[in-house]
Amino acid sequence: MRMHFEIEGGDFTAAGRASSEVKKTLKQFNIPPEVLRKVAIALYEAEMNVVAHAWSGTMDADILPEGIHVVMEDKGPGIEDIERAMEEGFSTATEEVRQMGFGAGMGLPNIRKNSDRMVLTSTPGVGTRLEITVAF
Amino acid sequence: MNLDQLNQIFNGTILMDGHIPGDYTKAFASDLMSDVLRFRMENTVLITGLCTVQVLRTAEMSNITCIIFARGKKVTPDMLALAKEHHIAIIESELTLFEICGRLYQGGLEPVCR
Repeated sequence: MRMHFEIEGGDFTAAGRASSEVKKTLKQFNIPPEVLRKVAIALYEAEMNVVAHAWSGTMDADILPEGIHVVMEDKGPGIEDIERAMEEGFSTATEEVRQMGFGAGMGLPNIRKNSDRMVLTSTPGVGTRLEITVAF
Repeated sequence: MNLDQLNQIFNGTILMDGHIPGDYTKAFASDLMSDVLRFRMENTVLITGLCTVQVLRTAEMSNITCIIFARGKKVTPDMLALAKEHHIAIIESELTLFEICGRLYQGGLEPVCR
């Protein structure tokens, strides 16, 4: 099963809708609650990143019998130094993002913690691509 | 403890009861949602002074079924709609985060573990 979502940069009211839909869909299957929680948190962090940093993006979720594979692609400023971005506490978030309770530099490390495989690639000035896999 | 037992400890206003048989054993207080997302939150009450839709989203993703809004923060209709959709109980309180935490700790709630 495949789900596709468009994500708009800067739209904090809508942020989380795509992750919420995926979580709702996964709830219908017999997936352990702990795995469901991991998927929801990893996707929500990733979705917040797109809303917080990019101009627009997409989320494509493939739900397979053995797990979920998600690709998030955005058009935006990209990440200059991925290694640094993966460090806890490093953030380039705006004041607006921080006022929403985010932007503490915990998102990417938390995605890594809640996924079984994470591949992050980025071209500065063009955009970022994030692949997340969580096994059921 | 259930929602009513919880609320008796600090006399807040229950705006939404969530329609779930809550069994709360732990509490977590934060205005930083990034931190909420880092902990296991089952059977946990979230106490916060941050009043945005993203608090509801964070609760939804973390399986939090009760949020206490401290410092007299007023929950908006769109936040209430999300709470209703996801069966999340909402309590408003005039007390500070510190006082709510103190009372709940005294009332027997425990911190979350990493």
